[in-house]
Amino acid sequence: MDATVAQTGTEGKTWGGGNQPLKASYGKMMMWFFIVSDALTFSGFLASYGFSRFKFIDSWPIADEVFTHVPFLHGVPAPMYYVAFMTFILIFSSVTMVLAVDAGHKMQKNKVIWYLFLTIIGGLIFVGSQAWEWATFIKGDYGAVETNGGKILQFLDKEGNRVAIGEFATPLPTTAETHTEGNGIWYMEGGTKTSFTYEEVKAGFLANDNLLIRDQELIPNMEDLRASDDTADKQEVARLERSYINLDATGEKAIYNREMSEAKLVNDGKLVVEGANLKHNEYGTPLFADFFFFITGFHGFHVFSGVIFNLIIFFNVVIGTYERRGHYEMVEKVGLYWHFVDLVWVFVFTFFYLV
Amino acid sequence: MAHEHKLEIFRGLLKFKSNERKIWGVFTVLSIVTVVEVALGIVKPEILTVNRFMAMKLLNWIFIILTLAKAYYITWDFMHMRDEVKAMRRAVVWTAVFLICYLVLILLIEGDYIYEVYKNNYIKFTF
Repeated sequence: MDATVAQTGTEGKTWGGGNQPLKASYGKMMMWFFIVSDALTFSGFLASYGFSRFKFIDSWPIADEVFTHVPFLHGVPAPMYYVAFMTFILIFSSVTMVLAVDAGHKMQKNKVIWYLFLTIIGGLIFVGSQAWEWATFIKGDYGAVETNGGKILQFLDKEGNRVAIGEFATPLPTTAETHTEGNGIWYMEGGTKTSFTYEEVKAGFLANDNLLIRDQELIPNMEDLRASDDTADKQEVARLERSYINLDATGEKAIYNREMSEAKLVNDGKLVVEGANLKHNEYGTPLFADFFFFITGFHGFHVFSGVIFNLIIFFNVVIGTYERRGHYEMVEKVGLYWHFVDLVWVFVFTFFYLV
Repeated sequence: MAHEHKLEIFRGLLKFKSNERKIWGVFTVLSIVTVVEVALGIVKPEILTVNRFMAMKLLNWIFIILTLAKAYYITWDFMHMRDEVKAMRRAVVWTAVFLICYLVLILLIEGDYIYEVYKNNYIKFTF
């Protein structure tokens, strides 16, 4: 091969090649390049989430009310705990990763194997938790009714506790038939089948005087509004007082009085929504679900590919590839990617669950 | 490849004997910050949700600042930014921070503007 290498006569000079002004190897530099560009991709997603949230600032779902489930604790509302657990898992797997890198520097093969193994387990637990979180979100909680204008009507009792549509909906005789392949039609159109139809929910609601409805409107600061002399503000106060019963709860979702509740459901209601998908979302605006699926999904895909990279590196360490190569820089490069995934989660956690 | 590590955090307030010790120290810091965040997220003290600074709730300011603190320690200690040369650090951090700040500023201002249009215009989306 020597014969094919061109000699330029500049070896050893500043611009002769082989210089590393940033004191980082080519591979590490390129991993940093990738991380910066990937960070900008994620910022694009999170910033557009912020954009949509600011656009619908007073009707955005409250994360605390959406993510309230913990596995094996059915029916116990525990907001935040599970996602906090997921955060810890990811931070901890970052720690084991950096310990693996550290052991790699010291050429301690067995320690690298052990720490990488723990990192992979942590990554798998995280991806599994995310799948569970998705499944719970898609399955839904109480069910709701979507209006013609795309608003979501949720049901409450007089104390302000959420009521599931299954608890009051009155089953009505239906003419809908289940399509079987034997009928020979290739495809048919039809909406998603929910456990109750809009008509059934409406009948149950009208028969039950204890039920109220809320949509996503948040109660503004009434003191400021009442103090205002502006005509528009006065009209707004009149409208709020005519419609809602919990005006003293600033910043919470407004609950319609019985009269308004009935009017809303009968005049505006369109279809029953259970859970969330890309078009309908029982927790509020569909955009919330869209961003949730897209951003946590994109992040989950990063975790998944990180686990794959870690597995490849893990087996390479086990068969001694890096021991023979003389250094464990590959562990360091994959480690950078893994920490970056953790870094992104720190931001997703804040902007989806906390703020 | 550089094997030496800078073993201090908090500007030298905390010094560690080995890199491994430092990793556990940083993990402790990150855990404490996360616990504080989660506790605040569950309790939501009223004094922090009612009062605002620059149109944002104090609670949200705290969350964002703590998040940036966490991001700093993950990048600096787990990703070894602390041990890289200055030019490398700046090439990565300044680029990202500048572009992200710009993007966020533009999009949030635009989002707020559209909210005002929806709210104050003649067309009401209340059906």
